[in-house]
Amino acid sequence: MTAAAPPRLELLGITKRYPAVVANQDISLAVRPGEIHAVLGENGAGKSTLMKIIYGVVRPDAGEILWEGRQVEIDSPATARRLGIGMVFQHFSLFETLTVTENVALALDAPPPPAELAARIAAVSAQYGLPVDPRRLVHSMSVGERQRVEIVRCLLQRPRLLIMDEPTSVLTPQAVRTLFQTLRRLAHEGCSILYISHKLDEIRELCDSATVLRAGRVSGRAVPRRESRESLARLMIGHELPVTRLPPRTPGAPLLEVRGLSLKSADPFGTALRDISLEVRAGEIVGIAGVSGNGQKELLAALSGERPVAADAVRIGGTPAGRLGPTARRKLGLRYVPEERLGRGAVPELSLGLNTLLTGSAHGLVRHGLIDRARVRELARRVIERFQVKCDGDRTLAGNLSGGNLQKFIVGREALLASQVLLVAQPTWGVDVGAAALIRDALIELRNRGAAVLVVSEELEELFMISDRLAVLAEGRLSPTVPTAATSVEQIGLWMSGAFAAEPAVPARAEAVHG
Amino acid sequence: MVRLEPRPEPSRRMMFASPLIAAALMIVTGYVMFALMGREPWQAFHVFFVQPLSSAYGVGEWLLKATPLMLCGVGLALGFRARAWNIGAEGQLTMGAIAGGGVALYFHGVDAAWLLPLILLAGVLGGMAWAAIPAFLRTRFHTSEILVSLMLVYVAQLLLRYLVNGPWKDPAGFNFPQSVMFHDAALLPLLVDGLRVNIAFVIALALLAAAWLFAYRSFAGFRMQVSGLAPAAASYAGFSDKRNVWLALLIGGASAGLAGVGEVAGPLGQLQPSASPGYGFAAIIVAFVGRLHPLGVLLASLLMSLLYLGGETAQLELGLPSSVTGLFQGLLLFYLLAADLFIHFRFKPRAAGSSEAT
Repeated sequence: MTAAAPPRLELLGITKRYPAVVANQDISLAVRPGEIHAVLGENGAGKSTLMKIIYGVVRPDAGEILWEGRQVEIDSPATARRLGIGMVFQHFSLFETLTVTENVALALDAPPPPAELAARIAAVSAQYGLPVDPRRLVHSMSVGERQRVEIVRCLLQRPRLLIMDEPTSVLTPQAVRTLFQTLRRLAHEGCSILYISHKLDEIRELCDSATVLRAGRVSGRAVPRRESRESLARLMIGHELPVTRLPPRTPGAPLLEVRGLSLKSADPFGTALRDISLEVRAGEIVGIAGVSGNGQKELLAALSGERPVAADAVRIGGTPAGRLGPTARRKLGLRYVPEERLGRGAVPELSLGLNTLLTGSAHGLVRHGLIDRARVRELARRVIERFQVKCDGDRTLAGNLSGGNLQKFIVGREALLASQVLLVAQPTWGVDVGAAALIRDALIELRNRGAAVLVVSEELEELFMISDRLAVLAEGRLSPTVPTAATSVEQIGLWMSGAFAAEPAVPARAEAVHG
Repeated sequence: MVRLEPRPEPSRRMMFASPLIAAALMIVTGYVMFALMGREPWQAFHVFFVQPLSSAYGVGEWLLKATPLMLCGVGLALGFRARAWNIGAEGQLTMGAIAGGGVALYFHGVDAAWLLPLILLAGVLGGMAWAAIPAFLRTRFHTSEILVSLMLVYVAQLLLRYLVNGPWKDPAGFNFPQSVMFHDAALLPLLVDGLRVNIAFVIALALLAAAWLFAYRSFAGFRMQVSGLAPAAASYAGFSDKRNVWLALLIGGASAGLAGVGEVAGPLGQLQPSASPGYGFAAIIVAFVGRLHPLGVLLASLLMSLLYLGGETAQLELGLPSSVTGLFQGLLLFYLLAADLFIHFRFKPRAAGSSEAT
């Protein structure tokens, strides 16, 4: 790294407007050769749009891009690749029915013969400590392995700038460590890295410098190693991180019992559930950690009633409920907040009022088969008020709410109507910090009132914050459930890779955890 | 260059304006078309759209032809709201005509008050039975209801043709392919003496009101709407997809069957090789032009009915081919689909766009 060399990439005054929002406003940043540069910001701060502009997916309305000191027009990803820019997307773009080699060949402008390409893939993967078998079919690979394929695919093109979009959300803590080693080695060889994340600890550990975005603008620049968690958070959200407290509480009788639940996946490339047993008692929050795709979808479908199972496999408040559908389970007091908000948890084209009716019909909203509109609107207004949903009232269309507000509405609707059991999937995924704190508090309040809450999440930090007990779902099997205070991030991370078969029911190790 | 950009939210104003724009463009194209064919356009329009309604008899015919369109259209509209794409209303209409006509023939000469309700019921059940086939195949084997319902149209039409050429042919009918004329007790009472419009029009109006209540006020209608808008949300809420498909197709089949029996027990008065000049297909246009709303269906039915009448008058007065009706129908749907683009998109102003960078 010579000080005289121009930055590898420099952005000057980048602006991008969409009909409803300004995604990027006058953004400037510079990345030196061999630098790991963080772009930090909350969901919706404009990080992804900025990266898409650099990679040529989206064109800016104003601003300049300088590549190694020269002004360039990046009008397509192909142009970006020719310049030497590689990008690993948050959501992978791999074909599941093809092999690794075939997938890589598809992304290259002029792929070499398959045998030669396979050899090159093997060479690159060995060089950077990214074990990948070029002949394997992608659908048989774990999410972590797929990410390695994406990275190897980028590296084959010898990028001089690598963009990583939220790469660790799909990885176990151990896999994150391996990834960081690879990225450091790449940087050492002179490759610049743009690292997109909202995880403060990771950025402090990995990155040389950081540009912080808030609401589409640059809200600060920092050297993350010299900052504290709190000071970075202030730059990112504009105020202190909210604190979540989980007061100790003795749980009561089990309200949700799962016994020997096995279920084939409806998706040919999904994960089958194998012999899952679990108990959630009144007044406790049980967290299920694990990387998505390990049976979370199937478990939630079996628990919510969308996929019927054996009658005794699921009991709600002691009643066998395995054969019942969602409506009947709701009558037993089970409520569910699904992972996808738009199109599943809420119908985007309908008003918030009618979205209350979606799952609230049994609460006096329907009489003689006709909708009681006054009561529907009243219930919707109660949800909006109690959970501080920012909107123009119950006639607002669900699709017009921001992600965080819509999630507040859905969690609020289910929490308000929940009497016994609440299932929640990814409660704060893609939600801003303020809304996330409110949602967590709502879950804890429900627990304090004596409900049984089951949270399925990829965010370990969050699970440690709000769970009384923790378990891990890996490859369709559930680990033993342990008190949160008696485990550690390392332990759970180890379990996330499936290594709990031989473990005793309660691990011997008990370490202090953050959160 | 003109560019389109997505609207932040669908335009309600455009949603209602779109059918009017489509009708206006249809008129403009019609003007050009008449001119190219060497007809004086304004006179042609007069013949097409005004002359048919200039007598009481004409108005009666207008309402008479609107009736099957209203019935088929409202049933399809309810189904389309639930994204069950029943394209075979014409076949369900034909089966309704066969079933209702069969009952009328079986009880030929029986003079009883229960006969007409029984005939209508048979028509409804006939249409429902025909619609049940695509419903069963879709829910059991995931077949496309679009293809199945469409192909069953031709099966129903061939069955009707077979019946009036064979077992149900009037023995005293000089070998014409048609049944005996139904007796009075098997015919729908007329609304006004001298006009052919009958009580089916009133039934259709009542069904439109009931459809509005069902679609906008009932929980069952809400479930169907959710299934159509967001299948995953319906599954999450516990609304059965199978029940939704069954309900949507059966409603469509029932109302089309009623339209069919209304034709044979109404203006036709007997079974003939064809029970309708394509009302079941025209009703698809009616449903979309009517924005899948019962009131819209009423207005669109009146417009389409006028196109049928106008086509006939134009044939007589101007010597234009009868396909001019189909042409106007096609233009209307074509322009509607084009105008509907602007519900979700709008023109991007050149100045503020990124076009100068291109």
